[in-house]
Amino acid sequence: MAEKVLMKGNEAIAEAAVRAGVKGYFGYPITPQNEVTAYMSYRMPELGRAFVQAESEVAAINMVYGAAATGERIMTTSSSPGIALMQEGISYMCGAEVPAVIVNMVRGGPGLGNIGPSQCDYNQSTRGGGNGDYHLIVYAPHTVQEAVDLTYEAFEVAEKYRNPVLILGDGAIGQMAETVKLPEFKEKPQKDEGWELSGAKGRDGRSVKSLRLAEGELKKLNWHLHEKFLEISKNETKYEIFNDDYDFLIVAFGTAARVSKSVVKELAKQNIKAGLFRPITVSPFPYEALKEASKKAKKILVAEMNTGQMLFDVRLAVQNDEKIEFLGKPGGEVFSPKDIYEKAIEIFKK
Amino acid sequence: MKVMFEKTESLTSNKSIYCPGCNHGLIHRLVAEAIDNLGVREKAYGVAPVGCSVLLYDYFNIDVVEAPHGRAPALATGAKRVRPDMVVFTYQGDGDLASIGMSEIIHAAGRGENITVIFVNNANYGMTGGQMAPTTLPGQKTTTTPMGRDTHSHGFPFRMAELIGSLPAVAYSARVKVTDPKNVMKASKAILKAFKNQVDNVGFSFVEVLSTCPTNWGMTPVDALKFVDEQMESYYPLGTFKDIQEGE
Repeated sequence: MAEKVLMKGNEAIAEAAVRAGVKGYFGYPITPQNEVTAYMSYRMPELGRAFVQAESEVAAINMVYGAAATGERIMTTSSSPGIALMQEGISYMCGAEVPAVIVNMVRGGPGLGNIGPSQCDYNQSTRGGGNGDYHLIVYAPHTVQEAVDLTYEAFEVAEKYRNPVLILGDGAIGQMAETVKLPEFKEKPQKDEGWELSGAKGRDGRSVKSLRLAEGELKKLNWHLHEKFLEISKNETKYEIFNDDYDFLIVAFGTAARVSKSVVKELAKQNIKAGLFRPITVSPFPYEALKEASKKAKKILVAEMNTGQMLFDVRLAVQNDEKIEFLGKPGGEVFSPKDIYEKAIEIFKK
Repeated sequence: MKVMFEKTESLTSNKSIYCPGCNHGLIHRLVAEAIDNLGVREKAYGVAPVGCSVLLYDYFNIDVVEAPHGRAPALATGAKRVRPDMVVFTYQGDGDLASIGMSEIIHAAGRGENITVIFVNNANYGMTGGQMAPTTLPGQKTTTTPMGRDTHSHGFPFRMAELIGSLPAVAYSARVKVTDPKNVMKASKAILKAFKNQVDNVGFSFVEVLSTCPTNWGMTPVDALKFVDEQMESYYPLGTFKDIQEGE
């Protein structure tokens, strides 16, 4: 039976990865996700698994790359400026099709910014922050439990598509403590998928690489990665509609969506039928589902803890800018329910 | 009849694209022989760098991952930590290891990772067309030091084998050259030792090989070898700078 315990978000994510069978964790301290590295520093060795505090985020992601190329389950975690440094390695891993799980506990930016919870890395996560034509699979949990479940699942999704998966959290998800059900321990099934560098026993050597010099080879890879992402979009897109009986729609992800849920309940008391559309995968983005959901909405409010990044995707999905209003809260600050409630009243009562 | 010479198992039959007179082919052979001598081809894990030897996986019949520029020691660290049973090595040029990857090599050595590093020093950036490297000699002309390397504005070359040898967690650090048969034999021994150390869990082992770049140096292959003997070696002395097994 699954255990139910009170845990801080960062530690719960770390334990979820341990239970998902992560064999190596490589990280570098950065606030607000230091608890993951600290937790892994004793949890991994006690299970006979690998832990290294790297000398930089650049080294950490490349340790992930080298370790994951053996076919084992590998993870790193960081926060915004650290993830920025990891983009080189992430691009290489996408080009070489090496799976791994990366957690970004987003803080305010640009630059050093501050250490408050923020959603300012949406574009970086969903558009490919590194060089080249690639996509990450990006989950945006809104509770600690969901962060645990998605982290647990992320390894298998990463392996299924040989593509890195990013968990897009924020300082609030990482720092809050909630009661969570921890999943069972599992291990990666031991079988050769035909690409892993596990030692050329009884076969010729293999290579894991992103360089494609011969004419047409890179083009082939680019189209393959594109086709793969279409397949991922078809199979792995996740979203939630909270309160399906609505005239008005709030669109939000992560912590902003969590706050929006209480706003939807408050609005009901004022006889305003509001619903929440919450992308769980922000990449692939649930364009079709949102397009469909937007049809019965008279107005749509996009609420993000940034100056309007997912807003672009919402516009692409809805294709009716007249309907869409935006409320942003950048600067490493969490929405209060009142922020969104007042804006919703202003828009939905018009 | 006694067989004196045959193809090494750890190399493929592919023709390399290295320039005439370049030492990469020879150094590849020495690395492959070390792997074969220790019987570890089936558990070898090579890390290819960015630079001329990026196509390592075409020439070695073992598992090879390709690292971003300078990051090979980090990839090797990750692989060795999750698969300690594998024999993990990096093969890096001087721009890769001593410039952009200085942090990764120093920290991997500082942690004493049980890996083997083969460092090929040809005193310039070969792949990108002969620019100044951290190992370019004072006064040496390159495309970015057209008047010769001026230590006042470009600084001094790094002596990596000495630097690595000074770190407490390092097991072995040596510098060799491959300009004549006698030195090729010495280089072969050093490379074999650097691999054997890993198999025996002795620790981080580093071999710097002085090498030629006739194309970018604008020299014939023979003159390039002379340059190594007469110019490079005086700044980069051959020898063993650390060996924790000395005297055993």
